[in-house]
Order: sequence, then structure tokens, then C-alpha cells
Amino acid sequence: MSCRYTFGGDEHLFVEVDEAMSLEAFFVSLAITNAVREARIIGVTEICPANASFQIKFDPDLIHPDRLLGTIKEMEAGTGMAESKLDTRIIEIPVLYQDPWTTETLMRFRERHQDPNSTDIEFAARINGYDSVESFIRAHSGAPWFVSMVGFVSGLPFLFQMVDRKRQIEVPKYLRPRTDTPKLTVGYGGCFSCIYSVRGAGGYQMFGITPMPIYDPEQKVSYLRDFMVFFRPGDIVKWKPIGREEYDAAVAEVEAGGFEPRIRDVTFDLAAFNADIDGTNAQLMEALNAN
Amino acid sequence: MPIEVISSGILTTIQDLGRPGYYHLGIPIGGAMDRMALRSANLLVGNPEGAAGLEAVFMGPELEFTEAATVAVCGADLPPKVNGDIRPVWSAFPVEPGDVLSFDFLRSGARAYIAVSGGIATPPALGSRSTYAIGALGGIEGRAVQSGDSLPLGPGKATGRAGKEIPEALRRSPGSPTELRMLSGLYWHRITEDSQQAFFQDTWKVANEADRMGYRFQGGRATEFVQREQPFGAGSDPSNITDACYPYGSVQVPSGTEPIILHRDAVSGGGYFMIGTIISADMDFIGQLQPNTPTRFVHVTMDDALKARAERNTNLAAVREALA
Repeated sequence: MSCRYTFGGDEHLFVEVDEAMSLEAFFVSLAITNAVREARIIGVTEICPANASFQIKFDPDLIHPDRLLGTIKEMEAGTGMAESKLDTRIIEIPVLYQDPWTTETLMRFRERHQDPNSTDIEFAARINGYDSVESFIRAHSGAPWFVSMVGFVSGLPFLFQMVDRKRQIEVPKYLRPRTDTPKLTVGYGGCFSCIYSVRGAGGYQMFGITPMPIYDPEQKVSYLRDFMVFFRPGDIVKWKPIGREEYDAAVAEVEAGGFEPRIRDVTFDLAAFNADIDGTNAQLMEALNAN
Repeated sequence: MPIEVISSGILTTIQDLGRPGYYHLGIPIGGAMDRMALRSANLLVGNPEGAAGLEAVFMGPELEFTEAATVAVCGADLPPKVNGDIRPVWSAFPVEPGDVLSFDFLRSGARAYIAVSGGIATPPALGSRSTYAIGALGGIEGRAVQSGDSLPLGPGKATGRAGKEIPEALRRSPGSPTELRMLSGLYWHRITEDSQQAFFQDTWKVANEADRMGYRFQGGRATEFVQREQPFGAGSDPSNITDACYPYGSVQVPSGTEPIILHRDAVSGGGYFMIGTIISADMDFIGQLQPNTPTRFVHVTMDDALKARAERNTNLAAVREALA
């Protein structure tokens, strides 16, 4: 894996670790961006890791683009796969699949979809070879997910499922983006799941909704008082399918200020994961469900 | 003592020089689209260059002052009026308690920046008063200005600089025909050589979808892609990439048809390929383009971009000196 370097105008260095998505590419991106952050290079103003790439914003009045390029290339050579171990956390996110709000929204935008005669989740289940929506939901919520990027808008997480490639779910985006997506929609595009942090435009398929706020500019939600954005790259997520009653109860709890997501600290080791994917995931589940 | 908003115009937002540092979480820098215009207006009224002012799109608001202040309007040629009497743009003028500031019709440009001595003193969010409506941050409760709002002012000298003006030669505005300089790169290799040439040869027009997030362009030829098997995770359309970061000013071409330049309220990333980035020296100009403005893209090198940036910095230094 050798990085491709290209400038985004005179203020950004864009680095593609790999054209294709993989946890290996994400870990290279994470390792280099961590090294850049720690190096505190004068003139570097923003460091943005992404799924299989990253971007560095800089002030060319303070550092010449060529000098920055040379510095980052040296860092690429120096990091290797040193940081394939990550101290992180696993979070359980409740999801009401096939909820009334995303269903109403997807029906409104049917003419922008590949298959106007089925719902987004029926379409995704069929093209990924599942015999029913129920078995598709079991796959989507069975194995955990890795937050490989935070962005688009306001703390939206991109999630990559922690299974081997042949078990990865892949779906296209809408033919033309919707102008509306309910807040907290659990979406899917390419090989990524996401949670829409705010209401707005979107092109990902819509599978359900979570009652758990992940962005709160007013910082009133109990677990967002310290910072308004919940997710950071490297978080691990486990979807928990819930019914309507449980959803309504969770929403009421959020409003009353009593909702606390289930979060446990874990260590993730990419090499151990690759050696035994299901075993590693089972250990993560054990950690999540421990008291 | 606040400013009372009688009417808000089409879209008037509180903006300063933005909130850097949160792009990695999808919160863009935001702030004035035409930064030189906001800086100029603030310098005219004796404010720090990054004080919060109003960004008014196409049409001005109507504001009643409850205390004496100095006001300046820079950027678009949107002539201000005090109690109905025209005042010059790019100049500082006084207002008294009870005076009403309104605006004549737009003559050129798209966004006027209104600075008031003391600066608008709404509560900052993540270090900035800039309105980022998508994320409900900054401004007034995270939104644009509405009629009935009261805009608090910070402490400032009321008449410090009335009568000063920005010399005409230092007022930056997009040329006619409009040319935007672009450094090619990012996923430039994804389109054919013919399409690369066509992009710079064609005359584009600003589309109606042109806002703080991005400016869309129409009228040029569609791009043709270099054939490839789509990489895993990217999605099936040839314009799709594995979701990545978007530079400010980057030019994406979803489905290869209509280029979009991301601006101050950019989405921080996504799955569309980009062919290059508008250079920093030309970003201010984009905020002054009206729909249907004919626009050409001009291919430049990094050296050209740095030279243009230095010229812009020299221009700013000259503005500071002229008002010192």
C-alpha cells in the first residue's frame, strides 16, 4: 500500500492511502494523521482522517507546500503499521428498523430510487442475496462496525462492518440525492453505514432510525455536555434492533435527560482481528455485555 | 443597546472569519464567503478584522439603530440608505439613535457585508459567531436573522472612522467575464484528456443552486471517465470514490455533469470524485457571483496559486495601511 499525494489547491494536501476501502487502509490513515498531529508542524491547521485517505489543511504563508509534502512522506515511511492496535470503546446503538419516518420519506422520493417498487431495505436485502428483510437485519446488526470517518455534516459517522469482504453489504446510493432525510436515520451507501446527525439532504439508502442523539449544538443531552459531537474515528458500534415500544421509551428517556448509551472500553488489534474475525467480534460482544 | 431588525431581506446571516478546527468532525470553517469584503468593512468602522457582521444575499435588511454607531457596507454594490438617503459603499458613515438603515437595489455582486462599530455580539459557538444553519450553530439560535430579532453590539467607538473609504483600486471583485483559477489534481486522472481540455475550454454558467455550501455550474460538456473497475466500497457510478475528505474550493462533478465548487459551509467529505480545487486567492470572488454569470475555469500551477495568494495578501496590507 503506497500513498498517492495530491494537492487540493494551495491550502490542502490530499493523501489517498488506497482506492478501495479496507481496515488496513484506515489504520494507515489513522497512524499517519496521529503522527502529524503529534509532530505539531507549524502551518498545519486541520488534520482530517477519512476512510482510506486523509487530508491536511495548511497555511502556505507559513509552510511551503513542497516542504509539507516532503515532511508527510517521511512520516508515511516512518509509521508503517505500527499503530494497528487501538484503545477505543464499543457502543451499543438501538435501531428501529423499517420505522414509520424513514418509510414515509423513502416513499416520497421513490422516483429517485433504483427500484421504485420496493423499500430501500427490501432492495438492499434482495441485491445482497438475502432471502428476507429479517435475515438482512440479522446480518446488518449481527457483527460490529468500525467508525472509519466522521464528517459530511455535523458529526455524521461512516461505519464499516467488521466482517470479511465476501460478507460485506454493498448498495448503490440513490440515483439522485433526496432533499430530505429524517434526523438520526441509519443509512447505507457503498460499503458504509451511517447515522444522519441532522435532518437534510442525503443519498444513502434508509434502513431505520435510532432514538440516540449523536449531535447536540446546545449540549443539553447528558452524554454530549462535554462536547457536541459523539463519534470519533476508531469507535466500534453494535446495532441493537428494537421495537416501537422500546424506541418510544428511549426517546422519552432522552427528553427527560436520563438516556445513557451502553459504552465499554476495549482494545482493538487489527492483526488479531484478521487472524480470527468471528473470535475477535465475540470478545468485543463479551466486553460490551459485561457489567 | 441592540440593533432592531425590521426586515431581514432574502437571507441575512451573522458571519465572522469562521470556526477553524472542527472540519474533521464535519463542522466546516464557515464565516464570510467574501472574506476581504468583511475585513474591509470591519477596518472601516474601527473593528478587529474578524468581528462579526452581517452577510446579506442579493437584498439588504432593514435595521433600526438604538445607539450611535459607525457603519460600512463592502462587497456587493448594494447601496445603503440612512433614513432613505443613499450612502456610498466601501465607506464608513455614522448613524444616530432612531436611524433606519435600508438598502437600494443590488447593482452588482451577490453578497454585501455590513459592519457596525463594536461588532455583533451574539454568543459565539465553538469560537465563532458565524451562522452554520445546517448544524444549528452560531448566529441567532443557530439560524439566519429574522424580522423582530435584536442584534446586540459589542462595546466600540461610535464615530471613530466615519468618512474613511477603501480606495477604489483596492476593492476586489470578480472580473468580467469571470475567471476562476483552478489547480487540477485530486481525482483529475479519472477523466479523459479530451474532458480535461473541454472543462477549461467551455463557458459555464452559475446555476440556481448556489449557496454557502457550494456553487453549481451548468452549460459545459459532460465529462468522460477513464474506464476502470470501481474499487471496493466506492459505489457503482464512475464518479463515485471511497468516501473521502473534500477540500474547501474543491470541484466535484457528480455523475460527470454539473461541477460544484464547495465553499465556506462545505460538507467535509463524501463519495464524489473531484477534478481540482479553486485557488485560495479566488475563493472570495465565488461569493459575489449571481446565478447565470458566465464563468471560465483557468488552469494554473501551484506557483501561480502562491503568487496570486501573495498578491491578495499585498492588497489586504494596502487596505490596512490606507485606513491606518
